[in-house]
Amino acid sequence: MDPKTEVIRMKDIVKKFGDFTANDHINLTVHQGEVHAILGENGAGKSTLMNVLYGMYPPTSGSIEVNGKEVVIDSPQKAITLGIGMVHQHFMLVQPFTVTENIVLGMEPLKGLSVDLKSAREEIVKLSEKYNLMVDPDAKIEDISVGMQQRVEILKVLYRGANILILDEPTASLTPQEIAELMEIIQHLTADGKSVILITHKLKEIKMAADNCTIIRRGKYIDTVRVGEKSEDDLAGMMVGREVSFHVDKKKQQPTDTVLDVRDITAKDYRGVDVLKGLSLTVRRGEIVGLAGVDGNGQSELVSILTGLQKALSGTVTLNGENVTNLSPGTLFEKGITNIPEDRQKHGLVLPFTVSENLILQNFAKAPFSKNGVLQEGEIKKHATELIGRFDIRPSGCEERPAGTLSGGNQQKVIIAREVTNNGDLLIAFNPTRGLDVGAIEFVHRYLIEQRNKMCAILLVSFELDEILSLSDRINVIFDGRIVGEVDGEGADEYELGLMMAGGKA
Amino acid sequence: MKQKILQSNMLLTLISIVIGFIFGAILLLCIRINPGVAYAKLFTGVFSQFKYILYSAVYASPLIFTGLSVAFSFKTGVFNIGAEGQFVVGSLAACLIGIFVDVPAILHVPLCLLAAMAAGVLWSAVVGYLKVARGINEVLSYIMFNWIAFYLSNYVVNIPAVHKEGGGEATKDILASAKMTAPSFITQICSYANWGFLLAIACAFLVWFTIEKTTLGFQLRAVGHSRTAAEYAGISSNRIFLTSMSISGALAGLGGAVQILGMSGRLSQFAGQEGYGFQGITVALIASSNPVGCIFSGLFYGAMKYGGSKLSIVGVPNEVVNIIMGTIIFFIAISQVFRLLLNRKKKGGVA
Repeated sequence: MDPKTEVIRMKDIVKKFGDFTANDHINLTVHQGEVHAILGENGAGKSTLMNVLYGMYPPTSGSIEVNGKEVVIDSPQKAITLGIGMVHQHFMLVQPFTVTENIVLGMEPLKGLSVDLKSAREEIVKLSEKYNLMVDPDAKIEDISVGMQQRVEILKVLYRGANILILDEPTASLTPQEIAELMEIIQHLTADGKSVILITHKLKEIKMAADNCTIIRRGKYIDTVRVGEKSEDDLAGMMVGREVSFHVDKKKQQPTDTVLDVRDITAKDYRGVDVLKGLSLTVRRGEIVGLAGVDGNGQSELVSILTGLQKALSGTVTLNGENVTNLSPGTLFEKGITNIPEDRQKHGLVLPFTVSENLILQNFAKAPFSKNGVLQEGEIKKHATELIGRFDIRPSGCEERPAGTLSGGNQQKVIIAREVTNNGDLLIAFNPTRGLDVGAIEFVHRYLIEQRNKMCAILLVSFELDEILSLSDRINVIFDGRIVGEVDGEGADEYELGLMMAGGKA
Repeated sequence: MKQKILQSNMLLTLISIVIGFIFGAILLLCIRINPGVAYAKLFTGVFSQFKYILYSAVYASPLIFTGLSVAFSFKTGVFNIGAEGQFVVGSLAACLIGIFVDVPAILHVPLCLLAAMAAGVLWSAVVGYLKVARGINEVLSYIMFNWIAFYLSNYVVNIPAVHKEGGGEATKDILASAKMTAPSFITQICSYANWGFLLAIACAFLVWFTIEKTTLGFQLRAVGHSRTAAEYAGISSNRIFLTSMSISGALAGLGGAVQILGMSGRLSQFAGQEGYGFQGITVALIASSNPVGCIFSGLFYGAMKYGGSKLSIVGVPNEVVNIIMGTIIFFIAISQVFRLLLNRKKKGGVA
């Protein structure tokens, strides 16, 4: 077949939610054997477009052609019959089931009344070999790595006969090695004539894997470009509609005294499994210490202990020379530990509370926000108006709006505004840019650097190695509940770190 | 925005009330009773004379208190299904102080009210303690505490020193100094009129102020909306649960005191749970947990109870009132489902 055959043509897709236009005349053409990236900031309309293609939403207007024929895709089942498969960002796998059981789930081959797992298994092995996926069909999901689970999801889609695979933010929780392997798998797929639609806001991956890239901005179609002809900066500029600087401007600065000193901390997770096995680290005034590591190696527990939500079983936490091990969240805050939490909707914000209320979440009982136990609404609003302006929280004038109605990036800005103005000695930032778009990431990074330059001690815990690399003065690598290596932020090698993150020796 | 939500809530509540009456009418038709006659009696029974309106307010007072109690607990995400028991121990405490402590009226009434609040606090705080220290679901212990209160009250009523001399399944009458009866120019119209209603209104505004305007209310709402985020911000949710459940208990206890000091003047032996606490749940739900709204929903329920008590005059079983109230709650509860469906339809748009 001619590799230029069009497999998908979405024409003038408009999708409205009430008065809000999520997709405004978007065009997308995907060819056979192509990796087509869809690039856009959060809320630009990427997911909406893909949900239209996958049959989750009917488009308000516009048409879809699959393999040259106009079709109406009114359900995911219909999309699957047309050969379109989607791998979601969050995997949908049954943990105690085997790979094979998960793949056949929902379309079990029957032999009489029983499920014919044997023939399914054979087919899965065949598919796995064909695309070099190296998946063990008998392994239980709970025993395999995140990267492997993703391959299972890909297999699931292939098993259902997909020729067009939609991958939604596929690299969110992978190590650099796993990302490289995924890119290889994508090559195997396209070599076999499958088409891959890659939804992402990571430019590096687009440069690495995609042939073409369609850029969407605020619901509008901007352009479709050949990736080879554009630089990362070009792509970023098209995505946000202005010049973007990836260069983090960080002045050289000598850190001073130790603010945080964690010694030999041990802890168990909620299941009672040892997760922290004698972890030690220090953070000094005026430096950003990056804690690199793959999700699930004890990062959450460490941050919980440092913020008082969980108790350490042994070991000490010292802040400015004072032992603060296992104090309450409120006390730790008073002692100077501020925090940008991992889950902004669960821990960072009270979503039904207004922006004003969220901005005083820790300080509501202090002057000038309250007097004799009565909230001073004027002061609270004044404070909010000031921060909304200073941190460019949108929409402007959102003082009285529930925080839950803001976009993810602006919710994060509310938290940053609050924590930065809390002016603690230590700022812990846990995945501070997760799910944010380029503009918002730039914003968050700028404020982290600014706090560092103001001689605040910053502990940056992130699953994004790029973020660690571009911000940290020092990098600690966490693996299996311990620090397994420390390197200087300057000139750190991504692959060396990746190896340590995966438990190998550097 | 806020206004919109409030309005839509109110609209759904009003629709639910209408549906409640329609459903009641259908049931009345089924037993060959003209709903027009029944509802006319219900209406005139409440509105045809000024004194009837006063009586409705008297009936409403304890319900406003228990409604406030439940609404207050809802704000922190706790379900005070134990308002019934707190109401009973409140009645009991007020009654005993009213009988046995002989002080001038200016002290006696506040003393009774304080005792009732303390009893309500105790009854609710124990459940709160079990919740925060032992992780026991408050709904279970509240229900058990309702029965403990019920039997405790019946036991105390029958202690010879407390029991009314010479027959009657009740305690002695409280002293005159403990009564909250309204001035005589009002009692001439409605003999049960008392200060309870005004106290209830004052409490409703106080509760509203506490929830909306104070730092305590800020913490209560924060914990109610998101326990995790509140704890992250340094608010101790356990302390807040205890505080909220105690205040909720105090409000229900006050309701019990008002019933004794204002209306009955003695505590009768119960044959079954009287239901003021449970009716408080209805009041709170109709008011969408808005404290000021509880005044109106309490009045509505009070009027329905009072008007309903006259239905037998026209040969209508007054249970129809309970059916109507139940239907209203049912539809208020499922109105959330309606809203979800409406939102989904909006989200899905038109193809």
